[in-house]
Amino acid sequence: MDNTDKTAIGRPAGKGLGFRKSLMTLAASVVFAASTHAATPSTAEVNTTGLAVTDDTVTVGILHSITGTMAISEIGSVQAEKLAIDQINASGGVLGRQIEFVQEDGASDWPTFAEKTRKLLRQDNVAAIFGAWTSASRKAILPVIEQFNGMLYYPTFYEGLEQSPNVVYTGQEATQQILASIDWAVENKGAKTFYLLGSDYIWPRTSNKIARKHIDKLGLKVVGEEYYPLGHTQFNSVINKIKLRKPDVIFASVVGGSNVAFYKQMKAAGVDFTDEKPLLLTISVTEDEIRGIGGENVEGIYASMKYFQSLDNPNNKEFVAAFKKAYGDDMVIGDVTQAAYLGPWLWKAAVEKAGSFDIDKIREEFAGIEFDKAPEGYVRIHENHHLWSKTRIGQAQLDGQYKVVYETEELMEPDPFPEGYQ
Amino acid sequence: MFDGYTSSELMSIFAMQGFAGLSLFSVFVLMALGLAIIFGQMGVINMAHGEFMILGAYTTYLTSGFFQSYLPGLFGGYFFIAMILAFLICGALGALVEWLMIRHLYHRPLDTLLATWGLSLIMQQAYRSIFGAREVGVDLPEWMMGAIPVTEMVDLPINGLFVMVIALSVAVGVYLLMYRSGYGKKVRAVVQNRPMAEAVGINSAGIDRATFALGCGIAGIAGAAFTMIGSTGPSSGQAYIVDTFLVVVFGGAQSLIGTIVSAFGISQAQSTMEFFLSGSMAKVLTLLVVIGILMIRPEGLMALKVRR
Repeated sequence: MDNTDKTAIGRPAGKGLGFRKSLMTLAASVVFAASTHAATPSTAEVNTTGLAVTDDTVTVGILHSITGTMAISEIGSVQAEKLAIDQINASGGVLGRQIEFVQEDGASDWPTFAEKTRKLLRQDNVAAIFGAWTSASRKAILPVIEQFNGMLYYPTFYEGLEQSPNVVYTGQEATQQILASIDWAVENKGAKTFYLLGSDYIWPRTSNKIARKHIDKLGLKVVGEEYYPLGHTQFNSVINKIKLRKPDVIFASVVGGSNVAFYKQMKAAGVDFTDEKPLLLTISVTEDEIRGIGGENVEGIYASMKYFQSLDNPNNKEFVAAFKKAYGDDMVIGDVTQAAYLGPWLWKAAVEKAGSFDIDKIREEFAGIEFDKAPEGYVRIHENHHLWSKTRIGQAQLDGQYKVVYETEELMEPDPFPEGYQ
Repeated sequence: MFDGYTSSELMSIFAMQGFAGLSLFSVFVLMALGLAIIFGQMGVINMAHGEFMILGAYTTYLTSGFFQSYLPGLFGGYFFIAMILAFLICGALGALVEWLMIRHLYHRPLDTLLATWGLSLIMQQAYRSIFGAREVGVDLPEWMMGAIPVTEMVDLPINGLFVMVIALSVAVGVYLLMYRSGYGKKVRAVVQNRPMAEAVGINSAGIDRATFALGCGIAGIAGAAFTMIGSTGPSSGQAYIVDTFLVVVFGGAQSLIGTIVSAFGISQAQSTMEFFLSGSMAKVLTLLVVIGILMIRPEGLMALKVRR
């Protein structure tokens, strides 16, 4: 932007002679100064709270686990956020400023997340933090980011029951993911009985609570509900129980390494998911997880997410191509990776709408901010800081990709505190 | 909970549940044997046991990749080669670790705990740097997947059977080595009375190194076998370490038979309770029972009677 202005006005000046030349140059530089002023407002104006903003750069923080047990999930988010930042910089930056980032490692340790947040906010004065993955790490960040009034862009689908003025939730909250998927199974697959299975922590338990309420409301039946400790690797007993109860749908929210064990053992126990007897509906297996589980073990399962790598729209094709170009052809992109990619873009939109990097000014502008270049399609920020987004059902294929079989017609409203579902 | 089921359905479920218990038993035996040898015979608390298992799993992963690219015709049999390689590689690394680290710490058993824990962190991060943080999928030959249908309702998982066979072979192998070979005699002599064993000319340092390497090698075999039922990632080994120590300590640290009896007891209790309760509750109750029994018998189920 700046460069084109400069050459356009600068060229005739260069052709002039003597006094006239210097006059022209003077005029040009005045015009140029005015034009840059319009594109990049002065730092004092856009930054009244001492954030790390200079005349041509702005610093943000990236805070994910790149070591420890969560690294497996969080590295995709880091890659997506860096890609978004690169793309924003290539297209001129935010308020005429190039984005620089400070990356910190949460090391899969929740207190470390709190400590690094404090460092990013107090020492680096970052204008935004893109980060966290598990709810536990987000809860650790929360008091710090509220105390020092920062802004966190949190990418993971999660259980809801939270709405902080200092967090933007770019993933889905539980009702968006669950209600539509159960309705879909009932309407399209004639499901009448459900078996709820999850890892034993807050997200699966809350999700299953919501699922159970909704199933009760529809007058259908939950025939079993089970939780296994994180990292559990032996699922033979529950597989037998499932065979005994014969549910129409297994609703699964098993996470991490347990996932691999669960699907391998289901397959070994003679369950072929492509038969859909029972049908398996999961809210926790993205394309990323399938890489570890193996496509042959999950072929035929259904997942309810807002994003699949195979989505057929121009935004997504561009995104997938750019991601693979940056990180290699064998990369896969899951739901959370896409949600992480939205973070920097939504921040940019909010900053430009507010005309300022100040957290308080941005916050007032969040409601209604749209992003129509999102790989998942179109998203809009709700006044509760969550995103309006569509929910989609995909069926896992042998090659580890999902084929989209259903998507909601309307954007689902985010409802982090669902009445009657708690 | 059994209302409305025919007796034949119930029979099938009980048969399958019995099989589930047995396959959990063989998993426990495989996990615990390597540790039982190291912890029981040498008194070294090897916190990196899980990471040695994952080294075996990564070896299997690499072998499967190699066979797919260069020897696709022999892919069906790669798993056996992978297990042998896993044993050799983990054993070799075990010997190296013993030489570099463990042998300096024999008189400070609690320090071995910290040192091997540090080693486990180093190994995890090394896997992360080499193989990436994401889990890798290990491709299995076609014949190892799926189930053998016995009746309409009873399916026996092939990989479960396969793990059982491996567990049995390893257990028999360890038994022969420990109780029917010259090496085993020396190990037992060193365990019972180190100064006297040295006095009669046994090279106790060599025995220590061989024993540590053997334990790590068996962990490698276990890791190779578990690629069939679990995940292979930098920190997957953590999932096994608690159960492994539980089995070894409960069985009585110095008794290999105790380890096997304890693996049987814990696996049966857990899989039966898992069937009637939820998974988390089953785990809690199992732990409570084990703690209760250890309070009465601090030496574990089968204590070795040694004059001290």
